[in-house]
Amino acid sequence: MSGSASHETAAVVRVRVPSPLRSYTGGDADVAVAVPLLAPESPPTLAAVLAALDGAYPGIRFRMIDERGQVRPHIKLFVGDTAVRDPETRVANGAVVMIVAALSGG
Amino acid sequence: MPRLRNPSAARAPAKPVTLLIATRKGLWTLRSDAARRSFKLAGPQFLGHILNHAVVDPRDPKTWLVAARTGHLGPTVFRSTDRGRTWKEATKPPAFADASGRTVKHTFWLAPAHASEPGAWYAGTSPQGLFRSEDGGATWNPVQGFNEHPRRKEWCGGDQDGTPDGPTVHSILVDPRDARHLYISMSGGGTFESTDAGGDWRPLNAGVRLDFGPDPYPEFGQDPHCVRFAAGNPDRLYQQNHCGLFRLDRAKGRWDDMGTGMPKAVGHVGFPMVVHPRDPDTLWIFPMDGTDVWPRTAPGGKPAVFRSQDGGKTWRRQAEGMPKSQAWWTVKRQAMTADARDPAGLYLGTTSGEIWGSRDEGRTWRCLARHLPHIYSVEVA
Repeated sequence: MSGSASHETAAVVRVRVPSPLRSYTGGDADVAVAVPLLAPESPPTLAAVLAALDGAYPGIRFRMIDERGQVRPHIKLFVGDTAVRDPETRVANGAVVMIVAALSGG
Repeated sequence: MPRLRNPSAARAPAKPVTLLIATRKGLWTLRSDAARRSFKLAGPQFLGHILNHAVVDPRDPKTWLVAARTGHLGPTVFRSTDRGRTWKEATKPPAFADASGRTVKHTFWLAPAHASEPGAWYAGTSPQGLFRSEDGGATWNPVQGFNEHPRRKEWCGGDQDGTPDGPTVHSILVDPRDARHLYISMSGGGTFESTDAGGDWRPLNAGVRLDFGPDPYPEFGQDPHCVRFAAGNPDRLYQQNHCGLFRLDRAKGRWDDMGTGMPKAVGHVGFPMVVHPRDPDTLWIFPMDGTDVWPRTAPGGKPAVFRSQDGGKTWRRQAEGMPKSQAWWTVKRQAMTADARDPAGLYLGTTSGEIWGSRDEGRTWRCLARHLPHIYSVEVA
């Protein structure tokens, strides 16, 4: 678990990490990141969650998000049960973001 | 005519040779004894990672770089400063500038910059881009003089064009006399030259045949597979091209076809181009079948290297020890190399996971390792 900001200034989001990315998390499959809140009533975006994840585990974001900000072809992101590709998707405090590494071929 | 030799070129002492073998599934090393009779395989490292290139820094042989990606994950570069014992990932891998609208799919080619620039490196990517690191490969920045050149799209076509694994920048050559004098080659696009450290570029393809388009000798658009400096003579370049074999002597200013001396049944198509470590007139190729639908395998299933000792005028088959039939090898452009020993050792890796070597400049060959994954590059440490 990373980050120590209080809930007044940060949302805590759990992130489920697939095996290809666990070299960045020390082998952890399930991590929590604190994401700074710009305003108490405004949940962070998925982009902010991934930025916070990269702050805690440097380099992890570029392996799944390209230099155009696009999710790479064989990566899927879920917020709760919903597959999302829009980095502006809002992620509620306590939500689970699941990263799926899918269908890369042999 | 007597063969030219470059007496000032370094002749490696009779000590063990280490090969770095980058594969579709990880990195292996193969280390010889001093006589190059026995070889010991070690690895894997990066098991499951797709490694397009693994290279040693000739300015600091403890430093190794690998270009890596996986099926799922984006491209990156890992660096070791202790001969591969430990690795660190680049904190800023090669990536196009934000406004470019382009995405690096993989880093294909790694090349140390000039000997006077310790820690500086170049990287060629797919789609075609050129990048430079000033800090030993930790952070990479676009060479905007190429990536944003106003004629780049005209030269290269779109990012979807090009070779089956994607269009690539490869064969990054730095003139040993001038750190600012660079060559790159592109599949497709041709060979290009910069004399201002990458600020501006110009095509350098006069005389290179293109037999798959309307103009057989265009200014650009060719498909070089591998381009190397002649040993000790950076004013001569040798090129294995999609359409044959070519030699450029800069004073002449035009590439000459040097494939006419190859047997017609073998052809002049292949991917690697290997130069002798000291003799500017000696080079080796590994021909592959470029007929019909381009199988890109040893012609007739009979693998062989061909050596020229007269700068490409004539070629001689060298295959003693290799299978005589039913061996459908493919050798990629980075997967054949020479060491600096005397006589020079030659090494090649196949896409079917075998390493073959010769310790007598190609006269005799034997299998040094087998059962590896698809081999992308073989480099001498």
